Amino acid sequence: MTKSQLIEALAKAEGITLKMAEMAVKVSFETMAEALIKGDRLEVRGFGSFKVKNYDGYKGRNPKTGEIIEVKPKRLPFFKVGKDLKKRVNGEI
Amino acid sequence: MTVTKAHIVERLFRCARGKLTKSECARIVETMFEIIKQTLENGEDVLISGFGKFSVRSKSQRRGRNPQTGDPMILPARRVVTFKCSGVLRSKMNQN
Repeated sequence: MTKSQLIEALAKAEGITLKMAEMAVKVSFETMAEALIKGDRLEVRGFGSFKVKNYDGYKGRNPKTGEIIEVKPKRLPFFKVGKDLKKRVNGEI
Repeated sequence: MTVTKAHIVERLFRCARGKLTKSECARIVETMFEIIKQTLENGEDVLISGFGKFSVRSKSQRRGRNPQTGDPMILPARRVVTFKCSGVLRSKMNQN
C-alpha cells in the first residue's frame, strides 16, 4: 500500500473528500517526521513508538574492494512495534 | 519530549481551519492507523513516501533459551513488523 492508496482508503472509510483525506495523511506523517527530525520520541498507542538512536562513526571497509572508508556518525529512527499490532500481525488476535 | 496521537490530532484540527471538529480529526487519525494496521495484518507492506516503509517479515522457527533458567526451547515461527526510514527523512535527520 502506498500513501495515495492509504488516502483513498481513508476517504472511503470515513466518507470524506480525497482532499480532506490527503490533508489528514500528510499532516499526520509531517508531524511524525518533524518529531524525529527534532530528536523527540514518538508514540502512537496500539501502533508503535519511534526513538531516535545515535550511531557513532567507525572505520569500515568496502566488502568488494577492501578499501577502508570512514562511516560518519548518524541518527536513525528505531521503530518498536506496539502490543496490539504485534499480536495482530502474528495472528494472535 | 514525546509526541503522541493527541499532537497529530491537534495539528490536523488547526490545519483543517474549521472544516473538521476535533472529534472528527481524532476519528480520522484513528481510522488512518487502523487501515495501516489492517494492511500489515494482511501481510502487505505500507510505503509512505518521505517517511518510510513498514514491512511484514516472516521469521522461521528457531532454537532459543529461556534467559532466566537457561533451558533450551523452540521459538515458534512468527511474523514481525519492521520499519525502514526513507532516504529523505534520513537526510533531514542528519543535516546538522
